[in-house]
Amino acid sequence: MSPELPDNVAVTKLDELVNWCRKNSLWPMPFATACCGIELMATGASRHDIARFGAEVFRFSPRQCDLMIVAGRVVMKMLPVLQRIWQQMHEPKWCISMGACASTGGVFDTYCVVQGIDRFIPVDMYVPGCPPRPEQLIQAIIDLQEKIQREGTIAGREFETLKYVQTKRALQE
Amino acid sequence: MTTSQTISELKKAFPALEFSEFRGETRAVAPVESLFDVLKDLKERLDFDMLVDITCVDYLRYPGAKDRFGLVYLLANTETAERITIRAFVNDPQPAVPSAVSLWEGANWLEREVWDMFGIRFEGHPDPRRILLPDEFTAFPLRKDYPLQGRGERHNFPVLTRAESG
Repeated sequence: MSPELPDNVAVTKLDELVNWCRKNSLWPMPFATACCGIELMATGASRHDIARFGAEVFRFSPRQCDLMIVAGRVVMKMLPVLQRIWQQMHEPKWCISMGACASTGGVFDTYCVVQGIDRFIPVDMYVPGCPPRPEQLIQAIIDLQEKIQREGTIAGREFETLKYVQTKRALQE
Repeated sequence: MTTSQTISELKKAFPALEFSEFRGETRAVAPVESLFDVLKDLKERLDFDMLVDITCVDYLRYPGAKDRFGLVYLLANTETAERITIRAFVNDPQPAVPSAVSLWEGANWLEREVWDMFGIRFEGHPDPRRILLPDEFTAFPLRKDYPLQGRGERHNFPVLTRAESG
């Protein structure tokens, strides 16, 4: 026997609902240390407008954020600050490494520049480019939303996101 | 006073100075022992009231160089728009020169920067700490015998993983 439901009621999993809420209200923490920060500002401004993806509320307090966008090179004196801010953010939290310098150190292969922040904090999405266009950052946010949608306590599939996204892009092309 | 008058005044007071000129810029090489007296004379008698910069050059493996480090003091007289460069050469071990903070307050951070990058000690400096690099840094990275990619300082941090970063 199946119960009768009115037309405006949908049945879903709690995980799916929570993830849907989370992915559409990302609050970025701008950790902008170099020229990528300018592109990050452009992404937040009216022309590119990441409000379309629910991520427009830039907060400068780590307690109010759930998405850290590291934009620019991180030097060894800045890294303890970065780690402290990352630890101050509440779970659930994600991290986007924006640009070549944050991801690998870029051209700054010198004694004081950290060669990729993923050596010291977890990173969810890498954005290539020097600096990346706002469209690339928006694509990273869209892909991150896909990843968040597939997270879960029992049937988490966020690590299959890459395969899923690649298939989707291949179909689009 | 013009630059030529300044030079003759300096020559009279300090016969050990070696003068040279390149593209209209006057340089004088001072022995380390009389460096402070030369700077003091320039400040107090010849009115070089502005210290533009203090920096350093490492001449390790430089063709024809006799000394390891060459300090550069750029001075200016804001009344007559004269400029002069004072140089002094120091060597390992323990390269040291007297501090110029008592003459120009602005020398404070400039000397700290030279100490930070080249390890040249400024004797009598009121606050001889590193200025740019972290306090626990031990090397002097602008020396030519320091490798460009460092000695692993940039990787010497704790790693935060997903599980323990909450």
